[in-house]
Amino acid sequence: MSQIFQIDFGSQKKARVVGIDLGTTNSLAAYMDAAGPRIIPDAAGRRIVPSVVSLTEDGEITAGEPARNLLLSRPERTVYSVKRLMGRGAADVQDELRRFPFHIAPGSEAVLRLQLGDRQFTPPEISAAILRQLKKNAEAFLGEPVNQAVITVPAYFNDAQRQATKDAGRIAGLEVLRLVNEPTAAALAYGLDKRKQGVVAVYDLGGGTFDISILKLQDGIFEVLATNGDTHLGGDDIDNLLLDIALEDIQSEWSLSLARDSAAVQILRRAVIEAKEKLSFVPSVNLEFEFEGRKYQRELTRELLERLIRPIIDRTLGPCRACLRDAGLTPEQIDEVVLVGGSTRIPLVRSAVETLFRARPHTELNPDEVVALGAAVQAAILSGDVEDKLLLDVTPLSLGIETMGGVVSKLIHRNSTIPASATEVFTTAVDGQRNVLIHVVQGERELAKDCRSLARFDLKDIEPMPAGMARIEVRFLIDANGILNVTARDLRTGKEQSVDVKPSYGLTDEQVEAMIRESIESAEEDFAERQVREARLEADTILAAVDKAKSNPAWEELSAEERAAIDLALNELLLAYHSGDYLLIRAQIDKLNTVTMKLAENMMNSAVRTALKGTSI
Amino acid sequence: MEKDNCWQCGHRSAASLFCRFCNALQPPVMDYYAFLGMPRRLKIEPGELEATFYRMSRLLHPDRYLRRTPRERQYSLEATAILNDAYRVLRDPVKRAEYVLRQEGFNIGEQRGNDVPPELLEEVFELNESLEELRGGDQSARPQLEQARQRFLGMQREADQELDRLFADYDARGDRQTLASIRALLNRRRYISNLAGEVEKELL
Ligand SMILES: [Zn+2]
Repeated sequence: MSQIFQIDFGSQKKARVVGIDLGTTNSLAAYMDAAGPRIIPDAAGRRIVPSVVSLTEDGEITAGEPARNLLLSRPERTVYSVKRLMGRGAADVQDELRRFPFHIAPGSEAVLRLQLGDRQFTPPEISAAILRQLKKNAEAFLGEPVNQAVITVPAYFNDAQRQATKDAGRIAGLEVLRLVNEPTAAALAYGLDKRKQGVVAVYDLGGGTFDISILKLQDGIFEVLATNGDTHLGGDDIDNLLLDIALEDIQSEWSLSLARDSAAVQILRRAVIEAKEKLSFVPSVNLEFEFEGRKYQRELTRELLERLIRPIIDRTLGPCRACLRDAGLTPEQIDEVVLVGGSTRIPLVRSAVETLFRARPHTELNPDEVVALGAAVQAAILSGDVEDKLLLDVTPLSLGIETMGGVVSKLIHRNSTIPASATEVFTTAVDGQRNVLIHVVQGERELAKDCRSLARFDLKDIEPMPAGMARIEVRFLIDANGILNVTARDLRTGKEQSVDVKPSYGLTDEQVEAMIRESIESAEEDFAERQVREARLEADTILAAVDKAKSNPAWEELSAEERAAIDLALNELLLAYHSGDYLLIRAQIDKLNTVTMKLAENMMNSAVRTALKGTSI
Repeated sequence: MEKDNCWQCGHRSAASLFCRFCNALQPPVMDYYAFLGMPRRLKIEPGELEATFYRMSRLLHPDRYLRRTPRERQYSLEATAILNDAYRVLRDPVKRAEYVLRQEGFNIGEQRGNDVPPELLEEVFELNESLEELRGGDQSARPQLEQARQRFLGMQREADQELDRLFADYDARGDRQTLASIRALLNRRRYISNLAGEVEKELL
């Protein structure tokens, strides 16, 4: 019977899709309820999971707050800001390595690996640990398994960086239904309760990336007109600048360089960030730093801070102007500006944005949370719960192929609405040629070597024939996630042509599969199992408490029936305890809690009486 | 199975987006005009095109197909890609004209306007001289270049108006001769806008 119903209704109970902001510094998850999008807190009520991952001494991977604390004591086993390494190769992270204490494992030429203690992890695996923590928090909070997610990425992320983010989701046991650009998500969060028409600029200064997107809102359609940005510019740069200055200052005061002492640097970094954040609200603060018994102190004014960071803020204005130009708009045509990212709390950032766009920026939503909230809205769109909204995003970078002489022939231009496609016909250059290799790049430069290599596609097993006779039609399609799909067809036979993909950066499908297997074996517990374990822990606590209470005089104050009811509930809980059914365990815990209410009250009263007796008034 | 039959129920479905019988999304047609259900005209009302684009986006976007069959998800992806490509091309008068020209067998593309249109020869000669002077550090060439820029922008506007007239002619007659005139005008226009761009770069 129930089988039939299951078939009839298909996969009926709608699975919950969460929205995740996988940030450089902090990560958040959100879900949609009847009232709108909400942030999912962890068990301790914290809304933010620091994007920090650590390998503990007993070989366990931990992410979030506990890992952040290990940053001070175990810096060599702990990694932060890993988003900066996503989808990148060893050769192009030299700049990051100078500024961040990443421990790159030896032999990282093909695939970047980080050394944590005695183990090595790729950036997607590190990100997966953060995602796993968010998934766990969501499952505990929502009381149901969470297997599907929308994850946000910087709008300016290239194909490899997007693919790496998707891989991280898979490794964490999440089906990534959609990658959404962070500024677009923010616009969605803001546009939800407003039936607005107009043009909105979203200025997103994150921890490690900067994005600017201009959208047109009309009848629930959020159409991105243009996007621009810098994946090497963010709040971290401000922190690093201040840190460098403080280190220099300390060196001249103490005649001691702390730059290579990672513990000292971490403590100083925290002090500097705290001072920076305070300066958004007060005109001057005291920067204090204690290390090995010595104390450093210095007054920092907002004026000085602004003078120091002005060049960084100015670097965001170029992409903003380019974005306006690409959208074909003047600053006057921008109706509203939305600010995203903690760094936009800095008054100088606000005034710079206001001056450029000639519009007062929106700040109603928490700039740290707005992206995750928007991701939850997109999740609701995908699950069909929100029907009147639709996002039309664009690809941030042009896609092209390398032609003769290393020149790029552009196939899909930047700021094209996605999904977008292009078709090219390829042929052979010599008689009997069996393969054609296509080098696909992303970027705006004319020469392939100045663009970002994306992948090499090998058209294989071409039927041998005279040069120029083969006609193979290749279709390049950028999907709604901003990720390239390539298919090929032999025009003469109409048959599908096999294509081998060799990504220039990042992992092959097989590598990701292996990581998924490994992560399931080594770490991931199944949702139900974890729930049972947690319910049992709670049962242990209450069972012990009731046991102890029985020797309290308050126990004797209960009626025989009340005592019998407690004993019954106690036995039922013990039975449930061994059943392995966490819902039953929780129900019995609740029952035992209810029947012991009076006992607890009696104990409390007697404790108060005792206490009062001992007090002379 | 017949080409026009629904992949899901087999009913005769014609070339529409959805099957009339089972509502399944059908594989998209590749022709932009046919796909959008618009008459094959060179003059297009921008507001109408935008409304069609938004309406079809709502119907076809992959966000709406996540819980449907893999086949429909694939069709939704392909259809939306064509929709976006079509909108990008058809909303721009030059790209739109090139699209129709290419479909009518005109050769558009590589040999794009390298030859100077004869009526511009003298103009280009003078311009190159001024550009040389400015590059050589002679700022007195600046006003001349500014004038040239204004002239090119004026010529571009003229070309656009002429293009509009030719579009109307083609929509009325549908003849190849008008298409040939459009192609010649597009070459001239491209040449002018390249010149304007070059001057602008130097003046910055
Ligand atoms: Zn049908």
